[in-house]
Amino acid sequence: MSYITSIQKYSIHDGDGIRTTVFFKGCPLSCKWCHNPETQKYQPELLFHSERCTGCGACIAACPSKAITLHNGQALQDFSACVSCGACVDVCNLNLREIVGKEYSVEELFKELKKDEMFYEQSGGGVTLSGGEVMTADMDFIESLCKKLKRYGISVTIDTCGQAPYHHYKQLLPYVDTFLYDIKTTDDILHKEYIGEDTTTILDNLKRLSKDGARIYIRIPVIKEVNGNEDAIRNIIRFLKDNSIQAAQVNLLPYHNTGSAKYARMGIPYPGENLSAPAKEEMEHFVTLFKDEGFSKVKIGG
Amino acid sequence: MEERGMNKRIQALRKLSVDTQPHIDLERAISETQTYQKYEGALSIPELRGQVLKDYFSTKTLYIGEGELIVGEKGDSPQASPTFPELCCHSVQDMHVMNDRELISFKVKDEDYETQEKVMIPYWEKRSIRNQILRQMTPEWKAAYECGIFTEFMEQRGPGHTVGSGKIYEKGFEDRKKDIEEAISKLDFLHDPEALDKKNELEGMKLACDAIMILGKRYAEYARELASKENNETRKQELLQIAANCDIVPAHKPETYWQAIQMYWFVHLGVTSELNPWDAYSPGRLDQHLNPFYEKDVKAGILDDEKALELLECLWVKFNNQPAPPKVGITLKESSTYTDFANLNTGGITPDGEDGVNNVSYLILDCMDEMKLLQPSSNVQISRKTPQRFLKRACEISRKGWGQPAFYNTEAIIQELMNAGKTLDDARLGGTSGCVETGAFGNEAYILTGYFNLPKIFELTLNNGYDKMANRQLGLQLGYAKDFKTYDELMDAYKKQVAYFIDIKVTGSNVIEKIYAEQMPVPFLSTITNDCISVGKDYNGGGARYNTKYLQGVGIGTITDCIAAIKYNVYEQKNFTMEELMQALDDNFEGHDRILNLVRNKTPKYGNDDEYADSIMREIFAFYKNQVTGRPNVLGGTYRINMLPTTCHVYFGDVMMASPNGRLAHKPVSEGISPEKGADTNGPTAVVKSCSKMDHLQTGGTLLNQKFTPSVVAGEEGLDQMANLIRTYFNMDGHHIQFNVIDRQTLIAAQQHPEDYKDLIVRVAGYSDHFRNLSKALQDEIIERTEQSFN
Repeated sequence: MSYITSIQKYSIHDGDGIRTTVFFKGCPLSCKWCHNPETQKYQPELLFHSERCTGCGACIAACPSKAITLHNGQALQDFSACVSCGACVDVCNLNLREIVGKEYSVEELFKELKKDEMFYEQSGGGVTLSGGEVMTADMDFIESLCKKLKRYGISVTIDTCGQAPYHHYKQLLPYVDTFLYDIKTTDDILHKEYIGEDTTTILDNLKRLSKDGARIYIRIPVIKEVNGNEDAIRNIIRFLKDNSIQAAQVNLLPYHNTGSAKYARMGIPYPGENLSAPAKEEMEHFVTLFKDEGFSKVKIGG
Repeated sequence: MEERGMNKRIQALRKLSVDTQPHIDLERAISETQTYQKYEGALSIPELRGQVLKDYFSTKTLYIGEGELIVGEKGDSPQASPTFPELCCHSVQDMHVMNDRELISFKVKDEDYETQEKVMIPYWEKRSIRNQILRQMTPEWKAAYECGIFTEFMEQRGPGHTVGSGKIYEKGFEDRKKDIEEAISKLDFLHDPEALDKKNELEGMKLACDAIMILGKRYAEYARELASKENNETRKQELLQIAANCDIVPAHKPETYWQAIQMYWFVHLGVTSELNPWDAYSPGRLDQHLNPFYEKDVKAGILDDEKALELLECLWVKFNNQPAPPKVGITLKESSTYTDFANLNTGGITPDGEDGVNNVSYLILDCMDEMKLLQPSSNVQISRKTPQRFLKRACEISRKGWGQPAFYNTEAIIQELMNAGKTLDDARLGGTSGCVETGAFGNEAYILTGYFNLPKIFELTLNNGYDKMANRQLGLQLGYAKDFKTYDELMDAYKKQVAYFIDIKVTGSNVIEKIYAEQMPVPFLSTITNDCISVGKDYNGGGARYNTKYLQGVGIGTITDCIAAIKYNVYEQKNFTMEELMQALDDNFEGHDRILNLVRNKTPKYGNDDEYADSIMREIFAFYKNQVTGRPNVLGGTYRINMLPTTCHVYFGDVMMASPNGRLAHKPVSEGISPEKGADTNGPTAVVKSCSKMDHLQTGGTLLNQKFTPSVVAGEEGLDQMANLIRTYFNMDGHHIQFNVIDRQTLIAAQQHPEDYKDLIVRVAGYSDHFRNLSKALQDEIIERTEQSFN
């Protein structure tokens, strides 16, 4: 069973051309800067936009789990007691509540993705499967979706953090044009601290994926406190070189906090409060470091 | 204000154009009144009209500004607005309103109030076309007009939408006069009962040719006179060259690029001084017309790109110097702007069907980018053959955010024209003018008759034809909302009401056309429009090769969402009853949060590539189109539709109560074929897909606005994908798309502190305007347009 949090059309920073990006729910990592926190858990969840709540109380009466109380004239959501049943969504006349995580059949999803076919063809775009971590979703579902897209000539790009069993990648290889492969740092301690896991699986999978001939765009979220320094970037470059990783493109993605508002809607604090983006000049310097080492296509941004 | 222009000369000319306060200039009206007093009854009407132009051009104040290279003003100086009392005679009160109002004011000289009261009003008030129109209209027409079911274009301005063709540069007016004399000599008074009418018309055209040649001659003399007094040798030589140019044009065909531009400008002055036709006059495919002169002069070594660009920039200033004639009443509300909608098309294809982009095309893009002026409205035609470099250069300018150039689809235009009976040859020379209206340039009179309020008629349908806002019975009595037991019954009633009002509108238009045909010919315009001379008929009397009347449907997004809301929530899901909905509408949704939430947020809506809503749009569109298209007009052509609002969607919303899609009372309806504000939540590709489900090729133009935040079109990717979005829309037969690239915060700040945003220009409908000059309602409407951004 796989849930989808959103289908984003006219995505122009998730691979080549105009793409439709599908965000699958559930991720094995927990990056502190995650800008899609609603995709971290594998199950549907409630989002509550509390700012405009007038405290009418309709949701309180509707909630079977008694997870809502009135506090200072507004509804106060106890997310730990919420079972994401959606009863409160229907009664909120201000449309402040939603359940994220919708199930689709392959057929339904394909139908939606095919709608922008003409844009893909014109722009050399296609579909990007992202998340969360799509490589930890229901792989049979993903495989039959990819197969179908491929059969209809729609390019598939996978946006992955690398933290998934390698046979999942192997399973999709025949259908995928490009992998957008995230690397954050080669430093295990930092990786564990900011991301929740060490680098073993991620780096190992990247080596194997490259060896198996996949077309790979290396994507590096650059966060000053984690990897936004010359040494960290050089270490990544060294890893790529030492392992002969064929990177068709390298994207350096400066940290941004546009996702931070979503945390409040989920009733959790934003763990990336102290993070920041490197200065523009530093970012440009990192680009130069890559170029000097023979990576020809290096860009700031997606 | 920022300084713009390629050099000091252009900067000074542009500054004067932009900084000068528009004013009323009665010189034309006084001259015309004297001509009428002298000749009325002694000359036939076409001759009288020719004489009016001749007398005005023989005596009018000339103006050659410091540094100008292209000469001629419609009035006494830049930003002068002559009046046209024969069409619409302003009351003294109107003059005070124009002078005193905060936005779009026109200063009136002290003595002009008296002239208006003592001279103009006694002579023109009863004779004016507007008065005659209103006298002839039926009570049903007047009621519908007064309540905002439709508007009428021709009560204050003449039949317009005229665009010049290459014909202008092929012959001088001396040559045209010979053509006219030849046509007169061929008249067959023995057999042709219309021979005298034709003779009168042709004699009127001859007078009009004299008029423009006199103006040219006077400018030549004036330039020489200034040259003789000029101490600066460079300027002296320029003035002598201006004089030499005016010795050639307009009497003879232009020989050089400079003369070609001057020729166009004289023709522009002729058309817009003769009468004040809607949308002024447009050069059309200017790059195609100028390119032969450009190439010849470059080869001869007398022109380079810098000089060629400078002359274009001089022409841009000239366009910008002409404010739209001031209007009053409802017409003011529907189009509150100084912009006179002169429009030009760059790119497209050649008459032979090849890629039409040439060096002048790129110079025009450079010119619009540099000048950043509201007028002329500069647009590009993109065909399958258009090089990507040209499209991307146009996108690069467009993403700067002020709405120019807009993008038109050449293949769609050609198919629209051919579908309306034009030959392939004529279609290839055509394009769009005004906002987005398709026409066969130089060969067609395609006249806008008025906007048609599709959502308001639905409001009447729900109320047994009764207008609750105006407290008047306007429509047919077909029952109340609750009486329609099925969706089909409701749709059926709506369609009957739409058909009823189209009948009323067309009936009125037929009378109005006839009034113009008989009483207000335009002999000058007729001399440059095929085939007026050869058939001996006026442009306003069916002399053009093609004669089309357009009726512009407004609010397709709103009406689609209204019907979808009822179909989904009342008939299918049974979320609420019709009675409950009607109560909510009566209460402007106050106290009806549940219904408001359902119709606003939980109902399929147009603009999301969702068949549920889009199929309703298709049905309404097809019905409207079938009702209008093909009806004969009095000039021998037919009625057709296009889908554009200018600013009328604000007025049309203002006369409406709350609507079933959750739109509150008095709020604007959707503009063009764009979705209702905030209804489209699936991004620009979904909007474009929904819009492409409309059969654009059956229209004479559709208008689609897209608002992007700057980040969406940033960088090379942003530019590439913007170009791809346009190409894909055009592959799906989309007619037109235009962009506002600006973020909401900037607009809000500009609304609060207009003094800090004097240069902020935004795309309104098929034109751009200064944000500070827009009404608050229109500013709000633009702020609320869905912003395509990245999450």
